[in-house]
Amino acid sequence: MSFWMKYGLKKSPWVFHVNTGACNNCDIEIVDCLTPRFDVERLGVKLVGSPRHADALLVTGAVTAQAKPRLQEAYRQAAKPCVVFAIGACACDSGIFMPGYHMVGPVDKVIKEIDPNAIIAYVPGCPPKPEAMISGIVAALKAI
Amino acid sequence: MNSLGQSIIELLLLGFLLTAVVGLVASWIVRKVSAKVQYRVGPPFMQPFYDVIKLLGKEQTIPEEANGFVFCLAPLVALSSVILLSTMLLRIALQKEGYFAGDVIVVLYLLAMPSLALILGASASASPHASIGSAREMKLLISYELPLLLAFTIVLIKASGQIEQSQLLSLAALSGLKPIMSISGCLAFLVSILCIQAKLGLVPFDVAEAETELAGGVIIEYSGPLLAMWTLEHAMLLVALPVFVVELFLGGFDSIILGIIKYVVVVVLLILIKNTNPRMRIDQIMKFFWYYCSPILIIALVLAVVGNFLGIGWL
Repeated sequence: MSFWMKYGLKKSPWVFHVNTGACNNCDIEIVDCLTPRFDVERLGVKLVGSPRHADALLVTGAVTAQAKPRLQEAYRQAAKPCVVFAIGACACDSGIFMPGYHMVGPVDKVIKEIDPNAIIAYVPGCPPKPEAMISGIVAALKAI
Repeated sequence: MNSLGQSIIELLLLGFLLTAVVGLVASWIVRKVSAKVQYRVGPPFMQPFYDVIKLLGKEQTIPEEANGFVFCLAPLVALSSVILLSTMLLRIALQKEGYFAGDVIVVLYLLAMPSLALILGASASASPHASIGSAREMKLLISYELPLLLAFTIVLIKASGQIEQSQLLSLAALSGLKPIMSISGCLAFLVSILCIQAKLGLVPFDVAEAETELAGGVIIEYSGPLLAMWTLEHAMLLVALPVFVVELFLGGFDSIILGIIKYVVVVVLLILIKNTNPRMRIDQIMKFFWYYCSPILIIALVLAVVGNFLGIGWL
């Protein structure tokens, strides 16, 4: 990646929110980041409605059998370079739903099936605090 | 050759570079003021520039089922027509005498081009969301075009007594007048502010993009450099449209500082309307423009004709 590409990515990461079977708690906390208290727009973060516009996918929830092809499709459609954030305990390692009959694995496994070189960042917690998500975004952008 | 070189320099410097920079700054102001209204801090000053730089470096995806040619051509057409439009408008703003850069009819056609390109690009992208968005954009175009033309007719009627017949359609001559100082001109100004709000796709009229229901609508399939082009085109319209209104109604850029103040006033009006209104449905928008704005302008038209006939300036 050239200098300007990295620079632009760091300064304006647009995020797309994918729910792959979360209990909605992480989703509420993601929306929290946009509220006046945390206001991620001051870091250039914007919630966009289409994976085509996204620089990061915020994935919440352990991946169910139904959600797996959708998550892979969303990742395939996103314009690269695109970082995948596994938000919450379920997305990081399936959490308490690990032995469930309908679980096909944590987010990183599902994404790596179609793109072994995908950049995946983990923000654990149940749900993670908005502060944790913001620091996760900053850490991931530093690592690029 | 000399004049050709001069035109190219004007297109690049005035039409593209200056307009893009001012437009991106204006779009930062829109975002910042919206953030302040919502008790947020808002994005940093360079944010729109960062967005464009980032989008230029991203991967370009073209949907499999899309018509790739039209899909890629649409933002180019939109961007080039806005460059042409803003070159004309800014050239007139800087120097009025002895300059003829096409008449107001050309401006009106160039104003319609970005919306048409948006409709084409969205229809070519083979996405159901984009097709709903493009249908809405079409209806939006039909709704606001009638009041905009009526408002423009009022300006012409007000001007007909004051400038000679051969100069009647020249924007440079029109920009010397102040139709806002009359009742009919004032009504036309207010309605045309609403029309350019709809043209810009700002909030009460953002049905075509509709982040929350259509997820980007018309531009949903665009990514990378083509999306950067749409962003840039949108930012440049934020310069061209208010400057057009300033030149048509507010007496143009008689001095640069006064002109900039007028421009800022128009932009602030747009931002205030954006932040104090919820999004309307497309049928409500059509009703609003056809049942409310158009009859008001027809009354204003009658007032202007009567005023002209009896020689009453303030009518």
